[in-house]
Amino acid sequence: MADDLFNSFMNGPDEQGRFGIFGGRFVSETLMPLILSLEEEYNKAKDDPSFWAEMDSLWKHYVGRPSPLYHAERLSAHLGGAKVYMKRDELNHTGAHKVNNVLGQILLARRMGKTRIIAETGAGQHGVATATVCAKFGLKCVVYMGAHDVKRQAPNVFRMRLLGAEVIPVTSGRGTLKDAMNDALRDWVTNVRDTFYCIGTAAGPHPYPALVRDFQSIIGKEVRWQLAEQEGEGRLPDTVIAAIGGGSNAIGLFHPFLDDSSVKIIGVEAGGKGVDDRMQHCASLTGGRPGVLHGNRTYLLQDEDGQIQEGFSISAGLDYPGIGPEHSWLHETGRAEYVSITDKEALEAFQLCCAMEGIIPALEPSHALAHVMKIAPELPNDHIIVMNMCGRGDKDVFTVARHLGFDMSDTEEGRNLED
Amino acid sequence: MTRIDATFAELKAAGKKAFVSYVMAGDPDYETSLELVKGLPAAGVDIIELGLPFTDPMADGPTIQLAGQRALDAGMTLAKTLELATEFRKEDDTTPIVLMGYYNPIYNRGVENFLSDAKAAGIDGLIVVDLPPEEDEELCIPAQKAGLNFIRLATPTTDDKRLPTVLQNTSGFVYYVSVTGITGAAEAQAGDVGPEVARIKSATDLPVIVGFGINTPEKAQNIASISDGAVVGSAIVSQVASGKPLPEVLEFVRALADGAHSA
Ligand SMILES: Cc1ncc(COP(=O)(O)O)c(C=O)c1O
Repeated sequence: MADDLFNSFMNGPDEQGRFGIFGGRFVSETLMPLILSLEEEYNKAKDDPSFWAEMDSLWKHYVGRPSPLYHAERLSAHLGGAKVYMKRDELNHTGAHKVNNVLGQILLARRMGKTRIIAETGAGQHGVATATVCAKFGLKCVVYMGAHDVKRQAPNVFRMRLLGAEVIPVTSGRGTLKDAMNDALRDWVTNVRDTFYCIGTAAGPHPYPALVRDFQSIIGKEVRWQLAEQEGEGRLPDTVIAAIGGGSNAIGLFHPFLDDSSVKIIGVEAGGKGVDDRMQHCASLTGGRPGVLHGNRTYLLQDEDGQIQEGFSISAGLDYPGIGPEHSWLHETGRAEYVSITDKEALEAFQLCCAMEGIIPALEPSHALAHVMKIAPELPNDHIIVMNMCGRGDKDVFTVARHLGFDMSDTEEGRNLED
Repeated sequence: MTRIDATFAELKAAGKKAFVSYVMAGDPDYETSLELVKGLPAAGVDIIELGLPFTDPMADGPTIQLAGQRALDAGMTLAKTLELATEFRKEDDTTPIVLMGYYNPIYNRGVENFLSDAKAAGIDGLIVVDLPPEEDEELCIPAQKAGLNFIRLATPTTDDKRLPTVLQNTSGFVYYVSVTGITGAAEAQAGDVGPEVARIKSATDLPVIVGFGINTPEKAQNIASISDGAVVGSAIVSQVASGKPLPEVLEFVRALADGAHSA
């Protein structure tokens, strides 16, 4: 990596919304004026102390921030190497990091006078967060969710409905996150005048990757002062690790450390059944190549004709054939390293976390944890790893039970799920 | 001068409006769609919009989504789409072909390679839905250099402030999308569209044709009467989807063309 890039990693994107060649604004003309006005509104809000005062107050009193930075002592001892910290964003209201970003976007929507909010969701966490904040502000909320995901994340579908959102199952394609995003974009093109599209990850056309990152960066900013508090002034993590679907929790943890050359940065993609040519994975950086989809240029899973391929992962939240453009750039510049973890490894990490720390993680951060399990034993005791525990596992217990051969069909909840 | 420019000059001289039809290349299979495309000029089509199939057509409604899916399932690719145009050109060297689709398959092929292949295949213009003027360096400018028209969409959200940006690197014609929405969905009303077309025409000398939501000969006539021509896509594609024999599909196309030409 070129050392002279340090002190500039945090500057992106440029005026065109590019991180190197990645990013941009690849949308239809209908949406272009709206995207430009969103950018204008965001630039105003960014420099407006009253905007951040409102965010801080909501983060504190509604979400429960700051989330703890927790030294996972038993797990660290078990792994026998590095000192592992978990950033506990699973303790946020609604159970994942998603709400950090949703609050910011909904405040922007209110400033723009938009009354109808749409969102796409995979695992349902972003949908639940959006439905939650819309309920709080009395906004109409429509969530697009792949029909396949509606099935595997039934508890979240019910939550969204309780919160007053309309959940629209998407049947095009294979019925996962990519297809939900297509239909959300189609809705947006149709209802562009009153509708705000609340994107759930650090992807999409500029300015979304930048603004989602800025809202999620609260994660990394907190880690900075929390670690100093626990380990001494000026102590930075040696390694930060996060799971990547579209990349929002990861960029939120990474971004405040991009210009600290001593901090190693590792993103963990979903390896599904293994990253090989059968494409049964969602590892866009490890197994894809640059292309243009959903408003940005980034690494994508695609065939030789440039047709987008469906990903595969046990984790609905990681089941996306693309990745936020800033990650593509961090990958190409070498600032961050990207690895993949299989379903099987993630399930093992899931169980270990339950047993060792009394924390039931979501399947997404279980991928990050699985990589921690791989590298921690080889590292010295004074090496500090911070992994992002970006979601809790309540939504995943049915999926995990099925994979572990535990029959839940006789339980009350199991029956309700079948109904 | 491209075939597109020549066609509009001819129509203008004859005092006629243009009829533009959209079909998906390779839907339901290569052979059938080649036959259909070959039959379009005789059915009264002035300009052929040839859909390039893509897995994720974000601006298209279910009709064209499914058409693309059928084409891809039958093995259609960018290369075969250009091959289809080449076949067509063997018999017809005057009817313009505008390739319409999304950027990724083109980007994936490599812009320079794509442009020389498209030119060789007899493609005259490009409409790439997800390339707004902000991304002109990607394909628009190289395409114009290679002698292809780059046709831009103007929409109801393109306000006066933005219109010059949209028109700047446009050539061939301007495609006015008459509704905020996806293909095949809402209905265009000539009453709403007229002032918008006039607004665009006052800012450019290019012909302005109108599409989205036109599905009958009457609507084609109404829209053509207040613009330089009408585009019909989803209505034709759904005839293909219903499995109608080609002569019947072409009969429908002829009725639409007659509608537009009677304006
Ligand atoms: C808990 C959790 N982690 C991670 C993700 C993946 O998204 P991202 O990569 O944007 O953080 C999701 C998405 O639904 C999620 O629910």
